Amino acid sequence: MNLENYESFGRYPKLLATDVIKLQWRNELPKFDSIGNSILPYGCGKSYGDVCLNEGGVLIDTRAMNKLISFDPENETLCCESGVTLAALLDFLEPRGFFLAVTPGTKHITVGGAIANDVHGKNHHRKGTFGTQVIRFELVRSNGEVLICSREENSEMFAATIGGLGLTGLITWAEFNVTKVPSPYIKMDSIKFDNLEEFFQINSEADKRFDYTVSWIDCAATGSRIGRGIYTGGNFTEVDTKISNHKDSGSPPNFPFEFPFINNATVNLFNKVYFNKQINKSETSITHYNPFFYPLDAVDGWNKAYGKNGFLQYQFLVPFGLEYDTVHKILMKVSESGLSSFLTVMKTFGDVASPGMLSFPRPGVNLAIDFRYNGKKTLDTLDLLDEIVRASGGSIYPAKDAHMSGEDFRRFYPLWQEFKKYKDPKFSSSFWRRVTK
Amino acid sequence: MAIEMKKVLIFGGASAIAHQTAINFAKDGAELFLIDLKVTRVNDVADDIRTRVPNSIIHTTELNALNFELHQQTIDEVVKTLGGLDAILIAHGTLPKQEDVEKDTNAIIQEFNINALSGMSLATIAANYFEQKASGSIAIISSVAGDRGRKSNYVYGSAKAALSAFSSGLRGRLSAKGVNVLTIKPGFVDTPMTADLPKNPLYSSPQQIGKGIFDAMKNGKNVVYLPGFWRLTMMVVKAVPEGIFKKLNF
Repeated sequence: MNLENYESFGRYPKLLATDVIKLQWRNELPKFDSIGNSILPYGCGKSYGDVCLNEGGVLIDTRAMNKLISFDPENETLCCESGVTLAALLDFLEPRGFFLAVTPGTKHITVGGAIANDVHGKNHHRKGTFGTQVIRFELVRSNGEVLICSREENSEMFAATIGGLGLTGLITWAEFNVTKVPSPYIKMDSIKFDNLEEFFQINSEADKRFDYTVSWIDCAATGSRIGRGIYTGGNFTEVDTKISNHKDSGSPPNFPFEFPFINNATVNLFNKVYFNKQINKSETSITHYNPFFYPLDAVDGWNKAYGKNGFLQYQFLVPFGLEYDTVHKILMKVSESGLSSFLTVMKTFGDVASPGMLSFPRPGVNLAIDFRYNGKKTLDTLDLLDEIVRASGGSIYPAKDAHMSGEDFRRFYPLWQEFKKYKDPKFSSSFWRRVTK
Repeated sequence: MAIEMKKVLIFGGASAIAHQTAINFAKDGAELFLIDLKVTRVNDVADDIRTRVPNSIIHTTELNALNFELHQQTIDEVVKTLGGLDAILIAHGTLPKQEDVEKDTNAIIQEFNINALSGMSLATIAANYFEQKASGSIAIISSVAGDRGRKSNYVYGSAKAALSAFSSGLRGRLSAKGVNVLTIKPGFVDTPMTADLPKNPLYSSPQQIGKGIFDAMKNGKNVVYLPGFWRLTMMVVKAVPEGIFKKLNF
């Protein structure tokens, strides 16, 4: 068993567990209270920082516990084991005319991971988070207790576990909503905008027109061009014939090298080319859901392009009210820092509330910025950004976090004290220990 | 021309490959009987199959393959429940850690009991039933590892070699009796059994293998390598002179 394979997606920090237990059968779970110092469930390890790591402890690999349990097309619900990936669910749902109610930007995560991080997607303004769409799940605690959690039953444990980062126990199976769709194709509009102000103008109207919205921002832009980018909005659409934009099935090419391709020069070039790829102000196209929702899944292991040292993602939100100034300030700081970022994604969150105590999305503007890990320089830059986020009353997303201070975590997530009551004494993570030091 | 297989028994029904094969049979309208070490495992598999193929009829029970004395009555019970039997797939097995079986002779005996002898016992009981019925299909999952003993897994390999030779002879015995015997030789497959082995591009998915087994069974094949490229690969492997082969590191 190669413990080094159990890393997080950013490949920073590098913290190793002492052992990994692989689960397969939901009726044959090991006795948790007799395992190591502490335990933490591990799905696909696609969170970025140390949320899925447990240095000095044991990881519970759930990916072989991956069977479907039931599907109700009339009520649009599905029940499955927590190790099922969203990719496997989509393989099942697509030919039956269904899609996930909420999906993040990768389908290579487990249902357990989706609940633990209370992931969100391009339709947050319509359907909220993944946890919002969960009906019930089974949670196994280290003392052997098995709890069915829902809004009606064990409701506090339900709220603690959604966004609970795997710290309340092991989710064995979950039942959640799925959505009937007219076809697997999305009709999408791509609109170029020249600055941040224009983004907000487009967004206020686009959020009403489109079920799915997200923007890519050019982080290397300076001066009056700050915040320029491309806005995409889409809706599932009826189609009569198959359209060639179907990028699917078969394994994607694997990113072969662990070599830092990403530096200032390459980022600036990429951004320039990407931004200028769209010639018209606005373009409409029809695409299969795969490239629309999962563009980054197209190359397996793209995180290796950041090199051996890995990278950090800074994902934060700024509540409505101060959003223009705060985002502008942050984009300026990032551009000044010269620390490269290929992909900066921006989206506004709506007001569909999640039941999760530690859930990240709240109404406001949300940005995710990648930074190559350059040691102190990177961390110092993030500290500067923290100051800005703090001052705006915003918060940072734990699933992407590798650096936030304990003080900030407790400020961003005031329900953390309430959450502590429901955390399982045997379950722990490097993240939790870092932010509660 | 595909053979009708509406009543199918799978031993080791909870294994990843058997699970995928069973999905194919369920889609084809077969009634299934799945048997594995623990009934909860095949029940979980049955839930999954029913989710994918609503209304499929799946029976389950448990049996430890090492309980040789229960083999006959288990198969009798299956025939009674299904009201007959068209095909049996023998899919159970274990992959021992090579270090364990190098040191402990009891481990070798255990491996042969599970991977070779129990399969032969079940196949024999099925053969006798099919022979008097003058129809039926027996499919046995062996492995490319059985084609030549390699230093990295020769206990597993030799048990599979025994299964391959056995099923070949059984095929001959039943050939004129209207009963087909299929030897299945998968290459590397990404399943919980191989979870601790490092993966490489030669690995297939259980979905691919499951479909391959279903097709081969329905088409009355004799020996099938899955995926097909292993047939040529193993021809080459078998042709390497022993003086050279013994020095190879794989």
